[in-house]
Amino acid sequence: MSAAHAGAMVPGLHLVPADPEADATALARLGLWCQRYAPIVALDPPDGLLIDITGAAHLHGGEAPLLADLSARLERTGILARLALADTPGCAWGVARFGEGGIVPSGDASRVLAPLPVAALRLGFEAVRALQDVGLTRIGQLGDKPRAALRLRFGAEILFRLDRALGHALEPLAALDAPETPRVALRFAEPVGAHESLQRVVADLCARLVPELERRGLGARRLDLVFARVDRLDQAIRIGTAGPSRDAAHLARLLTERLALIDPGFGIEEAVLSASRVEPLAERQATHLAAGPQAPDLAALVDTLLVRLGAARVYRLAPVESDLPERAVRRVPALAAPRGALWPADLPRPARLLAPPEPVTAMAEIPDAPPLFFVWRNTRHRIARADGPERILGEWWTADAEAALTRDYYRVETEAGERFWLFRDAPVEANGRWWLHGLGEA
Amino acid sequence: MPPLRSHDVPTLDALRRLTDRAGTGSEPADPRALPFGVAGLDAALPGGGLALGALHQIHEGGPRGRYAATAVLFAGGILARLDGPVLWCLHSRDLFAPALARVGLHPDRVVYCETWRDAEVLPAMEEGLRHRGLAGVVGELTRMTLTPSRRLQLAAEGSGVTALVVHRLCAGEAVEPEPSAARTRWRVAPAPSEGTNRRMGRPRWRLDLQRCRGGAPGAWIVEACDAQGRLAVPAGLADRPAAPERVQRRAAG
Repeated sequence: MSAAHAGAMVPGLHLVPADPEADATALARLGLWCQRYAPIVALDPPDGLLIDITGAAHLHGGEAPLLADLSARLERTGILARLALADTPGCAWGVARFGEGGIVPSGDASRVLAPLPVAALRLGFEAVRALQDVGLTRIGQLGDKPRAALRLRFGAEILFRLDRALGHALEPLAALDAPETPRVALRFAEPVGAHESLQRVVADLCARLVPELERRGLGARRLDLVFARVDRLDQAIRIGTAGPSRDAAHLARLLTERLALIDPGFGIEEAVLSASRVEPLAERQATHLAAGPQAPDLAALVDTLLVRLGAARVYRLAPVESDLPERAVRRVPALAAPRGALWPADLPRPARLLAPPEPVTAMAEIPDAPPLFFVWRNTRHRIARADGPERILGEWWTADAEAALTRDYYRVETEAGERFWLFRDAPVEANGRWWLHGLGEA
Repeated sequence: MPPLRSHDVPTLDALRRLTDRAGTGSEPADPRALPFGVAGLDAALPGGGLALGALHQIHEGGPRGRYAATAVLFAGGILARLDGPVLWCLHSRDLFAPALARVGLHPDRVVYCETWRDAEVLPAMEEGLRHRGLAGVVGELTRMTLTPSRRLQLAAEGSGVTALVVHRLCAGEAVEPEPSAARTRWRVAPAPSEGTNRRMGRPRWRLDLQRCRGGAPGAWIVEACDAQGRLAVPAGLADRPAAPERVQRRAAG
């Protein structure tokens, strides 16, 4: 029908030129927005979106509330949408376009699809007409036909679509990636599996990712490497860095460190490397004075240790203003800017701090005097020299229990010269007990 | 003219070290060695000090060797007198950083990594030793056999980073350590301080240089590290090695 013909039939018809490119862009944007429901969203051009909500429905209160929420939000933005939720993408596609929409109970795909027209199987125009020519108009009619005859007569497409719609064959969704995620992929003509090949693949991917990061002025903080196996059991590794990095060799080394975790199975078809977390990283002038050792740059070392040991196990320690020795230290990231802060220099502190303090039996001559001896782990230590007490009060402003906390610390030296740090947890008249808190001394 | 590089510029500490040495009148020492400032100790070491870019083992003597509380302070004092960051591979969470700060090792300089088992400490140490620019790497180990010690020594030689292994002996373990490729082996133990009237004096340590490639073993009583990590000779004991008969027996055996 031409535009003039249509205009003649409907007076006052509003005509808008078709713009497929703008439609595709808008669909992609809507797809990204749909990632609020589940991470895997696939485009179904020209007018559909597929969301894999496996394991994500409970986050929105269940399947029905999720569907209601999605419908309401789309309606508010002026998008007229038909929604269906089913076991397979194929079934949901058919029910949304040709059925009632809504939720198809699990396992009911064949019953719900049966009365729908064959076009609901996502078939091409040719295939639909070929089926209609022989009187096969409903999906239910296909189910009881011999498969071999169907394939001979109409080709593989119909069975392929039918199997996917009924869940007999798995349908992978090409997940939509946020366009701002730097991403590179390698597809292999033959599946690879050897460790050395994977190492080369990693190096290659990193070398390709770095120019992409450079172009956008970004450095990677986290990399996700996904290996698509031929049997569709994808393998993935994730690494994080302590600071934004754009050093291909360094990133490849970090990934290679984790490569042992990858089970290539029967082979790997595709490798995708994406920088799932990035930070701005300004370009730096490459030095031409390349001779000699580089200035100390801890990032490479810290990253390697972070990947090998885990993020919580590499750190620096910084002073905290607290009288209680066990609270005097806090962890800061290994590459945090130096603070220059120090603990009070005039307070001697032990080299080893026992956490928790261990109970000891101690005997003092007179109250508030340093003890004469103490027994720790069945060993009696005679004290030759001592210093104290250094009274430490609890931080009463943090909790009620702290207000009652009083410790009298004594530094003691045994006859052999060994130094210990003892405390009594209450004054003598309040039956204070003795504890050993530290060994050695500076 | 060769380009001026930052690591060629002598730091204030290095200059001070040079002037200290000039003041004591001893012969110019090997720049790859760190003098302790205790004459007898430096004389026993080849190059007039602790060799940098090499592996050194530190044991703690006495019944509390498991905690190696004196040994970590000795290691901290050595690193305090070097420039650059330090990697410290922990064996457990009982190290108390304020004590290291008191021997001159600033917390901003130390990166800790929690490597609970020897099997994790050794690779982490080697990784650190391959990284030029570190002042040193400390590893708290329960035991070290010959092969790992060779690897660490080679890595230290290659990069010039000093490696210190602090041994945390298990209860009931033999005090005599296994053979290793370390340049020196120290035994550090607390010694009675000279306090008057039951008051504590500056802590003293008994340092046994048990093994030293190209040097002479010996034993010394020293005053513990000060806030700059420097040892000192006790006033009453100057120029006299402690317990020489014990050293001779060890050398004969």
